[in-house]
Amino acid sequence: MASKVIQALYNDDDVLMHAVKKVRAEHHHIEEVYTPFPVHGLDKAMGLADTRIAITSFLYGCLGLTVAIVMMNFIMIEDWPQDIGGKPSFSYLENMPAFVPIMFELTVFFAAHLMVITFYLRSRMWPFKKAENPDKRTTDDHFLMEIGLHDNENELADLLWETGAVEVKVTEKES
Amino acid sequence: MYTFSNKLRLGSFIAMGLGFIFLVIGFMSAPSTVEEAKAMVAVHDDGHGGGHAEEAAESHGEEQGHGAAEAHGEEHDSSHDEHLLQQLQNRPWSALYVAAFFFFMIALGVLAFYAIQRAAQAGWSPLLFRVMEGITAYLVPGGIIVFVILLLSALHMNHMFVWMDPEVVAHDELLQGKAGYLNPTFFLIRAAIFLGGWIFYRQYSRKLSLAQDESDDNSNFVKNFRWSAGFLVFYLVTESMMSWDWIMSVDPHWFSTLFGWYVFASMFVSGITVIAMVTVYLKSKGYLEQVNDSHIHDLAKFMFGISIFWTYLWFSQFMLIWYADIPEEVTYYVARFQDYKLPFFGMLALNFVFPLLVLMNSDYKRINWFVIMTGIVVLFGHYLDIFNMIMPATVGDQWFIGLPEIGGILFFGGLFVYWVFTALTKAPLQPKRNPFIEESRHFHY
Repeated sequence: MASKVIQALYNDDDVLMHAVKKVRAEHHHIEEVYTPFPVHGLDKAMGLADTRIAITSFLYGCLGLTVAIVMMNFIMIEDWPQDIGGKPSFSYLENMPAFVPIMFELTVFFAAHLMVITFYLRSRMWPFKKAENPDKRTTDDHFLMEIGLHDNENELADLLWETGAVEVKVTEKES
Repeated sequence: MYTFSNKLRLGSFIAMGLGFIFLVIGFMSAPSTVEEAKAMVAVHDDGHGGGHAEEAAESHGEEQGHGAAEAHGEEHDSSHDEHLLQQLQNRPWSALYVAAFFFFMIALGVLAFYAIQRAAQAGWSPLLFRVMEGITAYLVPGGIIVFVILLLSALHMNHMFVWMDPEVVAHDELLQGKAGYLNPTFFLIRAAIFLGGWIFYRQYSRKLSLAQDESDDNSNFVKNFRWSAGFLVFYLVTESMMSWDWIMSVDPHWFSTLFGWYVFASMFVSGITVIAMVTVYLKSKGYLEQVNDSHIHDLAKFMFGISIFWTYLWFSQFMLIWYADIPEEVTYYVARFQDYKLPFFGMLALNFVFPLLVLMNSDYKRINWFVIMTGIVVLFGHYLDIFNMIMPATVGDQWFIGLPEIGGILFFGGLFVYWVFTALTKAPLQPKRNPFIEESRHFHY
C-alpha cells in the first residue's frame, strides 16, 4: 500500500535536532530520520524506545565464556591432557589461569560479532539489499526527516520550513 | 561557598579519636619479648575455636611457619620465636602504614586524574575540578605522615622493611647486591623527591586554578595545562618507583616489573571512586547544582573501566608468575594462597566481580546512591588490596583485621574527611572562568 509522506531535508545536525523536538512538540509522528552519521541524542529526541542490544550483548558474552570453558576443558583436559611447563593438565581448576586469556577473548569475540550481526538483522540489513533511504544526499551531507501525512500537508510544510529545512517535498511511499 | 557541616566535622573527629585510641591499644598490646609473643599466639589459638581451629593449627604448624619465613625472604639466622616476635611487633605498624598509605594514595590517584583532565583539556570535567582539588589537598598531610612512618622505619622503630636492618643485609647476598639502591638514606631521599614533586604540582596547579577565576585572559589555564602535562611525565616515573620503594621492597627478594602499574590502577580507581562519592555527597547537600547525572555517569564508567583495568594488571602479574613457576617468584603468591585466602580471594570478588556485575548496566551508573554504595565496596576492596601487598611480608600468618587495622582506617579516614572538606570550604565549588565551564555545564550523555 502506498502512503503519502512529507520529507524535509536539513543540512545541519543541530538544526535537525531542534526540528525533531519542535515537530514532536506539535504532536506529529516522525516516521523516520535518515542521517549520514549517527546523531548523538537523536533517538531520545525522537522518543524511540531504548535499545535492547546491550542485553543481547551480555547474553552473547556469557555464551562466549561458556564456549571457551567447555572448549578448553575438552581440548586440554579431557581429549588430550598435556604437560606444559611442568603443569600437567589433569584438572581444569588447577589449570584455569592458563585459560583465562582464551575465556576473555572468546567472550569479547562472541559479544562483538554476534551483536553486530544482531544489529544488522534487526535493522533489516543484509547483502544486496536495496537501500531504503529516499534521497541519496542523506549518505553525504544532508539529513532527512520523514513524517506521515493525514490531510495536513500545508500546515506541516509550513512548520517544516519554519524549523530550518532546506527542502520540503511530498511523495508517495511504497511500504 | 561550601560550609563544612557540623555533623560531618564531628563525625570525622570521633573517627579520628576512636581510631587513635584503637591504634594506641594496638601498639600497647604488641609483645616486647619473645615469651610474650609465644604466649599471645597460644592464647590466640585457644580463642579461635571451631572453624578457625583447623586453619590456625595448619598455619601455625612448625613446618608451615618455616616455609612462610623463607617465603618472606628473611633468611636471617634469628630463631623462629624471634621472627614471631617481630611479626607481632610489626602488626600495629603495618596496620598504621597500610591505612596511611591507602588514604594517601586516594589523594595521589585523584591528582593523576586531575592532571589528565587538565592535560587533555577535557570539556566534561571542569565542574568537578574544585572537588578534585579538595581531595588532593590531603596529599600534604597524608604524604608527610607516610614519610614520617618511612623515616621511623629507617630509624629501626619497626621491622617492616627487612632490608633496612644491617644485621639482615650482612647475611644476605641478594640484599647486599641491591644495597646501592635499597639503603635507608637513598630511600628517604627518593621519598622526599617524589613527595616534593607531587605536592609542588598540587599546590601550584591549585594556585593557577584559583588565579584563573580572577584573571581576564586564559594564561593561567594554559600554564596549568603545560604543568599538568609535565607532571604526568614526572608522575609516571615516580609513581612506579614509589611503588617499588614503599610497597614492593617489603618483600626485598621479590620483584615484578608491572608492579608500578598495578599499584597505579588501585590508586586510580580508588581516587575516581572518592571523586564520585564526594560529588554525590555535595550534590545531596544542595551544592554543585550544575553537576548532572551525566557527570556521575561518566565517573561511574571510569570506576567500572579502571576496575577491569586493575583486574587485567593483577591477572597479568599473577599469570606470568604462576606459569613460569620460578621459586623465588612464586613465594609471593604461595604466602598469600596459604595464609591470606579470605582477603586475597575476597579482594578479587570485591574489586572485579562486584563492580563488573553491578556497574555494567548503564542506568545504574546514573543512580547516585547506587554509586555511593558501590564506591564503599570498591574502596574496601582496594584497602584489602594494599593490605595484601604489605601484610604477608610484615606480619606473615599473624594477620587479623582487628583493633589496630580498624583504628588505622578510622583515624586516617577521619583525617581525610576533615582535611578534604576543610579544603573544599576554601574556594567556590564552581570555577568561574575556566574556558570549558560552559561545555561542562551542558555535558550530557
